[in-house]
Amino acid sequence: MSRHHRRLENGQIAPGPGERVITGIVLLACVLSVLIPFLGIVSTSVSSSEHINQAGGFVLWPGGLNLDAYRSVLAGGVVTRALMVSIGVTTVGTLLSLTASAMMAYGLSRPGSFAHRPVLLLVLFSLLFTPGMIPSYLTVRTLGLLNTYWALILPGMVSAFNIIVLRAFFMNIPTELYESARIDGASDWSIFARIVVPLSRPVLAVIGLFYAVGYWNAFFGALIYLSDQSMWPLTLVMRTYVLDNAQLSAGDVGVAGDALPPQPALQMAMLLIAIAPILFVYPFLQKHFTSGMLTGAVKG
Amino acid sequence: MMLPALLVFVVFHYAALAGNVIAWKDYRPYLGIAGSDWVGWENFELMVTGDPAFWNAVRNTLVLTLVQTVLVFPAPILLALLLNSMLSQRIKRVVQSVLYLPHFLSWVVVVAIFQQVLGGGGLINTWLRQQGMETFDIIGNPDLFIGLLTSQVMWKDTGWATILFLAALTSIDPSLYEASQVDGAGRLRQLWHVTLPGLRGIIILLLILRLGDSLSVGFEQIILQQRAVGLDASEVLDTYVFNHGIAGNAWGEATAVGLVKGVIGTLLVVGANKVAHLFGEAGVYKS
Repeated sequence: MSRHHRRLENGQIAPGPGERVITGIVLLACVLSVLIPFLGIVSTSVSSSEHINQAGGFVLWPGGLNLDAYRSVLAGGVVTRALMVSIGVTTVGTLLSLTASAMMAYGLSRPGSFAHRPVLLLVLFSLLFTPGMIPSYLTVRTLGLLNTYWALILPGMVSAFNIIVLRAFFMNIPTELYESARIDGASDWSIFARIVVPLSRPVLAVIGLFYAVGYWNAFFGALIYLSDQSMWPLTLVMRTYVLDNAQLSAGDVGVAGDALPPQPALQMAMLLIAIAPILFVYPFLQKHFTSGMLTGAVKG
Repeated sequence: MMLPALLVFVVFHYAALAGNVIAWKDYRPYLGIAGSDWVGWENFELMVTGDPAFWNAVRNTLVLTLVQTVLVFPAPILLALLLNSMLSQRIKRVVQSVLYLPHFLSWVVVVAIFQQVLGGGGLINTWLRQQGMETFDIIGNPDLFIGLLTSQVMWKDTGWATILFLAALTSIDPSLYEASQVDGAGRLRQLWHVTLPGLRGIIILLLILRLGDSLSVGFEQIILQQRAVGLDASEVLDTYVFNHGIAGNAWGEATAVGLVKGVIGTLLVVGANKVAHLFGEAGVYKS
């Protein structure tokens, strides 16, 4: 009798109707728990003050559509400045992180390269023990990096895990390619730039995304290293005006005198601005997530 | 070519490690690390003599770790099994795309979303009020803080954590399912005798890694919400190190706490890995 069961792709017996209904309900609940807050953020950020005040704050469905909240927040005041900081740190940081990581991973992927064993051990050992919050802080201070944007980039610039993922990927590039390039007289640099990088675009994209999301979302480094509030990135400004409910005034956003959109609309506009870049790159990179994660897990 | 990354490792990892010497010093910022006086093990004494604030942090950390290991760790395994049992691959991919997304949000955004939905003036309470029903008080309630933290972690990372389990599920040999079916196994028996054994390696690996992190519970997440619920309910070891060291100037003591925490974490990983080897599992690394 069991021979007539439907099978899943992997050969397992497929669930019966009862189980399928329960599975469907659980998964639908999970999906809605993500989508409903997103809907609310978008709706509140584009709603009129009457609509928001009537509903008492966060609204799921927009009313009196307008983009005033975005206009105010992006008018050049404190939020705009924080956004520029976040964009700058994320761009510079990701470029440096990805370049340095890929270069090291390339060195570590060539068995004959100079001091390849000790460097690999050094990288791996760093996973086992972290210096701790205060020693890291003192290092940044000793180097005179407090209140500079370098403090947000340099301490976490290279991740051992990401280097191991990249190295595993580079090691899969056929040796013949390297050898023939060598015979043609190519240097390490040109092999790296002309063979390794073009062949590794997917993994570089995923690792780049991981670094970029890390910089974009970082908040703790800025909290301890930047006492100058005018240097704060978007995350810290959102903490002040969204989580701690500080009132964003017309002076803060840099629009003269006029009545601002209601605070909930401004707050949700800030959240959406913080989420938007992630939503934007997400579809392009999603198909590479699994391969990126797996290379690290299996070969690391 | 390895030089730039190597420099970062040497300076911000290995040289920074050496900064832990201030655990044995009466560190004064104006004297510098070298100029501060040695004080022996004095900074470690508060951990032995039972400073109440320290022990409160230890207790909160352990309770959170325990709750999260029991509730948060199995969640992605269950979710992966549910996803894996879906017949439509297209719907499965859509569900995955949605559920991976919260992983990429910053803690500031996640905490803000929870406030908007569950807070006193949030979506659900406002609706309850309009219906004339009683509101509930989760955000800012010290008694429910651990539950709040746990649900936030689950919302943010359960979807993303399924990736490794789903990959392990697809690597199970289909002939095992066919053979078990020939032997008369139903769906549940297949789950128990084929699926779960297929996941054992990755579960053990992730448990070991989690053990090493068991004293680090959600630093950013907690520091963002600490003010609302007070230190009694929310102080954990990492926030203790921050509040006493960088914010409170008890540099030596806070460093000592951080150092002991780090050493214990490393010992846990190494020890758990040894135990895994004893049981014939691959663990995280082979020596």
